[in-house]
Amino acid sequence: MFDSIIQNLFNALQWGSFYSLIALGYTLVYGVLRLINFAHGDIFMVGAYIAYFIAIFILKEATGLSGVATLAMVIPLTMILTAMCGVALERIAYRPLRRKGANRLYVVITALMCGLILENGNLAFLGASRKSFPELLDKVVYNFGMISMTNLKIWVILSSIIVYIALNAIISKTKIGMAMRGISYDKFAIPLMGIPIDTIIVVTFILGSALAGLAGILFAMSYPILDPFMGALIGWKAFIAAVVGGIGDIKGAFVGGFLLGIVEILVVAVFPSTFRDLIAFSILLIILVIKPTGLFGVAKSTKI
Amino acid sequence: MKKPYSLFIIVSILFCFCTSLALAGEDTIKIGFNIPLTGEIPKVGEESKFAGQMLMDEVNAKGGLDVGGKKYKLEFIYEDNESKAESAVAVALKLIERDQILAMVGPNSSKQAVPAGQVANDNRTPMISPWSTNPDTTKDRPWVFRAAFLDPFQGPVAVDFATKTFKAQTAAVLYALANDYSKNLAEIFQADFKKKKGDGAVVAFESYGDKDQDFSAQLTKIIAAKPDFIFLPNNYNEVALIVKQAHDLGWKGPFMGADAWGNSELMTLCGDDCKGHYFSTHYAAAGAKGATKEFIDKYNKLYGYQPADVAALTWDAINVVLAGIQNAGKITGNVRKDREAIREGISSIKEVKGITGNMKFDEQGDPIKCAVVVKINDAGEFEFSESVCP
Repeated sequence: MFDSIIQNLFNALQWGSFYSLIALGYTLVYGVLRLINFAHGDIFMVGAYIAYFIAIFILKEATGLSGVATLAMVIPLTMILTAMCGVALERIAYRPLRRKGANRLYVVITALMCGLILENGNLAFLGASRKSFPELLDKVVYNFGMISMTNLKIWVILSSIIVYIALNAIISKTKIGMAMRGISYDKFAIPLMGIPIDTIIVVTFILGSALAGLAGILFAMSYPILDPFMGALIGWKAFIAAVVGGIGDIKGAFVGGFLLGIVEILVVAVFPSTFRDLIAFSILLIILVIKPTGLFGVAKSTKI
Repeated sequence: MKKPYSLFIIVSILFCFCTSLALAGEDTIKIGFNIPLTGEIPKVGEESKFAGQMLMDEVNAKGGLDVGGKKYKLEFIYEDNESKAESAVAVALKLIERDQILAMVGPNSSKQAVPAGQVANDNRTPMISPWSTNPDTTKDRPWVFRAAFLDPFQGPVAVDFATKTFKAQTAAVLYALANDYSKNLAEIFQADFKKKKGDGAVVAFESYGDKDQDFSAQLTKIIAAKPDFIFLPNNYNEVALIVKQAHDLGWKGPFMGADAWGNSELMTLCGDDCKGHYFSTHYAAAGAKGATKEFIDKYNKLYGYQPADVAALTWDAINVVLAGIQNAGKITGNVRKDREAIREGISSIKEVKGITGNMKFDEQGDPIKCAVVVKINDAGEFEFSESVCP
């Protein structure tokens, strides 16, 4: 019994890492722009596909390269390309609406549509057949009694923690981070201080999408089957995690992601798995009813 | 009043023309094919057509089919149902009314076979679907038959095979809650395994939701229950993820699957992890013996690729129809009477030796036949392991 609890906690940490990484992207954009970027789950999917194509390309062109070296190239390239995809989305879809002073609701709907365009564009160009991600890391299974874990799972958990610490440092220690916090305080006063608001928004999208790209790589390595709709459900759930943690607050997104992962996994461990989502989301609902702003959310407009 | 009169003349002329055509073709037996030559699954239609072509050429080369001491040439008419339900209905009507076929082979998918079966039954024309596994296709339709076994049959097959091969006393099941096929099969398996091994024999019965990718919690629970094997009646893409994750969690025992595993994409997605496991299906191409091997080799030589289960099932379906015609004893030339005689001929079949197994028909028009259990060998091929009979 004790063994299986530890094993489940470990599973939950790994699964929660993905929610956390994606929820961080939601919360960053929301904190700065007050925009729920519903296309974020699909940017995560695009990240996974970019990682797939880069990995295949490198493995084919440079045959002598080891898996680890390939991975070392795949990670930065994917993060850069996914960030570019996120920025392109902002430039093409969100910025024109913002310029015209559109109501926030229209921008959110636009985001939903962008997500659908990414999904269906992928379906149209790459077809419905699923892609199998190559194995880059030699899998090592560690066994401790009844508990078994793989090196990949440990890396996934570590990366999400490292990313959180780095992101926290960027937001609280750098000038850009200060400007981001500033925009979330007062969008109208900030340009008067000589801070280029568009640049800051682009940086926000770069950070959020790069994280989605990283999540895409790690996800593709852990669950090596890619399909165009893989980002939809996990994106929604990560959004719920961000809200439960208190959207706009990066600590909230980080904790919310792990919380959702732990709740989902432990519910299965205790109850029949048929009731998983029913019970898991009821628990989250109760949390929101008690604390409508989320665990770390503040009721005021000062976020991030 | 003039118009209906002239119409009547035209119709009666056409009628004479048709009957004279039918009379002229007295020495041929017409069988219609209602298959998807275009649309979503053109490969399925193509394989059905090729199997039909092969069989027709073979029989006609021998001078035709021997019915009651007289040789009849076969004539197959292939019509495209575009893989759509409404087209399948239109094609069925066209084959029955215009082409005056004696029997219809197809449609293949249940989605078209269920409505087309209604048309065939209403028009009193024997129909046999090679591929459809949905019980509704033949249910309460005395004129409709099929060549594939039903979904509910596979559960007991898995139970018997696992008992014998893995010496299994306990089992665990992981199924997709949102998928009717998977859920039904899982429940049938559970009921049958409990019946044969006692109430506590299914030690874990877990499910997952639509589009889930992480199964670690369910698998942890399953592995902690220490079953002798895990039954996975799931689609091949989910199978690939489940098998990999189970191995990550330290599972070293066997898996058993169902016919949804049998897709050529399974091995590209699953790779080495799936090797050495078993699933039940209609037929096995690799390691086939006897008539099955003969069929595969002939097909391969003529068309250049290995036939999938649908080609083999079509081959068997046609043979069932031919056996039914031979059972009927004679062709009178009166289409209605001949159809009736063929229907009785098919339902009174003692046994047809098919390449997907020997079959006879129950009162619903479903075959009583063996399923094939396939092992995924080290080369990643689906290799015949044994056939399990009801």
